[in-house]
Amino acid sequence: MHELGIVVHVINQIEELAKKNKVNKVVELTLEVGEVSGVVKEYFVDAFEWAKKKTEYMKECHLDYITIQGITYCEDCQKTYPTVQYGKECPYCHSPHTYLVTGKDVMIKNIKVE
Amino acid sequence: MSEIKTIVVNRSAYADNDLEADYLRKYLKEKGTYVVNLMSSPGAGKTTTLTKLINILKSTFRIGVMEADIDSDVDAISIAKNTGVKSIQLHTSGMCHLDAGMTKSGLDGINIEDLDLVFLENVGNLVCPAEFDTGACLDIMILSIPEGDDKPLKYPLVFEKCDLVIINKIDTISYFNFDFKKCEETIKMRNPNATIIPISAKTGENVDKVAQYFIEKVNNWKEK
Repeated sequence: MHELGIVVHVINQIEELAKKNKVNKVVELTLEVGEVSGVVKEYFVDAFEWAKKKTEYMKECHLDYITIQGITYCEDCQKTYPTVQYGKECPYCHSPHTYLVTGKDVMIKNIKVE
Repeated sequence: MSEIKTIVVNRSAYADNDLEADYLRKYLKEKGTYVVNLMSSPGAGKTTTLTKLINILKSTFRIGVMEADIDSDVDAISIAKNTGVKSIQLHTSGMCHLDAGMTKSGLDGINIEDLDLVFLENVGNLVCPAEFDTGACLDIMILSIPEGDDKPLKYPLVFEKCDLVIINKIDTISYFNFDFKKCEETIKMRNPNATIIPISAKTGENVDKVAQYFIEKVNNWKEK
């Protein structure tokens, strides 16, 4: 639901970077989105396609959207497991002492510019 | 054809907002104004709770309220009428949350020079407001009995983020299947340091405890 808010922050940061690097345009954006970041891909892509038309440098920018799997680590049995499938409780030893290793972030990895 | 080159960025989508939020917290410390970000679902009783709470706290602190909504100004008018403190309405223009930039504009609008404590009533929603750091000094939330005891399982992030979880409408608990102990356990599983206070904004039960919590928080912050 807050995809548009994230899109606005991503675009603002890239526009600033494009201006600073004196590029003509940004042709591609590689974004890594965690499975448990709360972002819904379809909504994000729609919001991005709408918002890029209003930018200075990103009107033709292609979005390379990479999903990063959510992985949780169990402190008690030291195993890792897929977060989306099993959630907070370790499927091996049923311990609640677990923490998320990957899958929470939304990262701007790189941009291709002309 | 012009040459294409790659610029490595490796920066979080939230990086600019996080920076702005940290900057805002420093600014608030300089000004001596403590800002509390209040989150909840629509209808959990944010405005009623704030009204009761402010009427207790207004003899101790100079208080302001910022009401954030997608549209309308019913909350700002209601708070001003029932407490007499300074309040303004922020419109998020369709956005489902506040970010640090919007919070700063709101604080400029309310003029914090003569305020000790500002409550920021975020958009009623348990998902999106939790994702964005508003720059507030403290994050708190209200969960109400009719919403159910499973909410900490369904919306973990907001419970992880909040130092204080107020459980409102405790006077209605006998009418709902709300397991208070189970709810407390799931909140503590997400956030072992959370303070949990059951209240009834309607009858006023325990609102004084919440007021005491804020008096201690603000005084500790000022001494630091």
